[in-house]
Amino acid sequence: MASARGAIERTLAEIGHVLEQSLFAETLSRQPGLLQALDPRVKIVGLLALLVSVSVSRNLWVIGGLYGVALALAVVSRLPVGAFVRRVWLVLPFFTGMVALPALFMTPGPTLWSLPFDWVITRTGALTALFLLTRVGTSVSFALLLIWTTPWNTLLKALSVLRVPDGFILILAMTYRYIALLLGIVDDMFLSRKSRVVGKLSTADERRLLAASAGALLGRSLQLSTEVYLAMQSRGYRGRPRTLDTFAMTARDWAWSFGLVALAAVAMVVGQVGG
Amino acid sequence: MQTIRNLTRRHWRLLSVYGLGAAWLATTAMHIPDGYLSPITAIILYALVIPFWYRGLQALRTKVNARSIPMIALMAAFSFIIMMFNVPLPGGTTGHAVGATLAAILLGPEIGGLAVSIALIIQALFFGDGGITAIGANCFNMGVVMPYVAWWVYQAIGGTAPLAANRRVVAAAIAGWVAMTAGALITAVEFGVQPMFFTAADGTPLYAPYPLDVAIPAMIIPHMLVASVIEGAVTALVFSYLQRSNQAALQLNGAPATSATQTGPLSYRWLWIGLAVMAIATPLGLLAPGTAWGEWGSDEFADLGLSYVPTGLARLESVWGAPMADYEIGFLGNASAGYVLSALLGIAVVAGLVWLLTAALARRQHPAS
Repeated sequence: MASARGAIERTLAEIGHVLEQSLFAETLSRQPGLLQALDPRVKIVGLLALLVSVSVSRNLWVIGGLYGVALALAVVSRLPVGAFVRRVWLVLPFFTGMVALPALFMTPGPTLWSLPFDWVITRTGALTALFLLTRVGTSVSFALLLIWTTPWNTLLKALSVLRVPDGFILILAMTYRYIALLLGIVDDMFLSRKSRVVGKLSTADERRLLAASAGALLGRSLQLSTEVYLAMQSRGYRGRPRTLDTFAMTARDWAWSFGLVALAAVAMVVGQVGG
Repeated sequence: MQTIRNLTRRHWRLLSVYGLGAAWLATTAMHIPDGYLSPITAIILYALVIPFWYRGLQALRTKVNARSIPMIALMAAFSFIIMMFNVPLPGGTTGHAVGATLAAILLGPEIGGLAVSIALIIQALFFGDGGITAIGANCFNMGVVMPYVAWWVYQAIGGTAPLAANRRVVAAAIAGWVAMTAGALITAVEFGVQPMFFTAADGTPLYAPYPLDVAIPAMIIPHMLVASVIEGAVTALVFSYLQRSNQAALQLNGAPATSATQTGPLSYRWLWIGLAVMAIATPLGLLAPGTAWGEWGSDEFADLGLSYVPTGLARLESVWGAPMADYEIGFLGNASAGYVLSALLGIAVVAGLVWLLTAALARRQHPAS
């Protein structure tokens, strides 16, 4: 993976990837489907409850069952199931898999498999690795369900159901908005610099360029924050955010919120039985 | 047979430390996903981080007042983007900085930490980067530990040097390196305590599987070599760029660090830093075998080659029974966990006593107030 591409190109690619990802999520969240149609507060509470039940489970079958629930929810919400599965299980082995691998051999316990050269996979090691992989995979899947079926502004507004203060939600919303703007600025900065470069920059030059871009970006962010404040003030902002609460729970929303929370509760109870 | 078994196991332990090290090296990220930490650990870390958010919001209100909201939003957006910069190191590797050191130096640890936390929350909620249940943990490691450590180190080394001094660039670099290493250490401790407390009935670890003596070296060594170097380099490079072209940005945090509060006795500052480092390092004691020199119990004299126990010692030993003998807390049923907990309790008790003592002394000196 060494620098076949320079650091600037990689940063550009990463910026592109982030923009692409958020566009992808935004597009999906506006398509028809079961989760998309639910009140965002129901989704936050229901999916968080399921996430917690994955987190407390001491039973691999329960975690497996909960992954089944996540898959079923993805299917009925007409999400691209292939992408949903790949996003989790193609990436996971490289990170969590790498982390879990030595645990197979290191965790003391009864022998499961004897490999050549005295390498012994213990039953305990295999179990602990499985716990880690399935738990992380299922948790990421529930988080993806939330991200892929909720437009970011509705998701933020719905956070008030968790008693997050309005001021904090406003900060999160503005941050998200300005991340998109600053990403565009950085993209332009790097592209314009690249278009003036012939050949390859040395590592030290690349480092200096990145640092200077970061410094310049900081200056622009500060300037922008003053401008934004002036604009807010001119529109009558007095230090207290006001939001329109347009959410309305329907009977269907209530039914689903009870359903999801009840399912999570059952999983929590059953999950306490080891297995 | 048993010795061969032990040898291979030790051998494996060594290999795995390096293997794990390689894994962390590949990611060079401290974003903990969901599933690595038990819910209890996650809740504790949420509880720990919330007062710091509150403190950050307070500082924001008093320092920047009405402009605070667009300012913190843009600083958080800036932190988010800095985390995406691929920084090249000599030898072809690239890695990411967290940017917490830069944020702490520019905005102070309270507001800087808040900006980093907001960036981390957005990463978890909208990009699936880092777990949702682990938001508290990630914000504690990168939005509290890193900025505060960075700030202390930067202040201690930067001292009263003028803003444009080279000494401040060096201070920024060292602050970045130390802060990232401290963040990695705390993350490793969070991972390392999981198999102590949270196992199935048969002893299978349910969350991060490695004990402290594996998790700490596996996290610390690669971070010290790569990620901490990147954090230090980025901080110093951006700092020196701002020295040359935008000094106003370095004065965001109110007056430059030459005010009266910063010129206090340096020795105290170092004392606090030293204490903090030692408190953080207590879990390392779990790795060391044996008993501290000169602190043997009478049952350990035989191991030292002494055939008898001095009679005075034997008589005196039973006079005082400590409430947490050998730093073990009985009901936890786990020696290592008790060790860490007793370290924390000990620090709290000593700090409390010192506080009471100084309060009493202060009152005596100023009887009128």
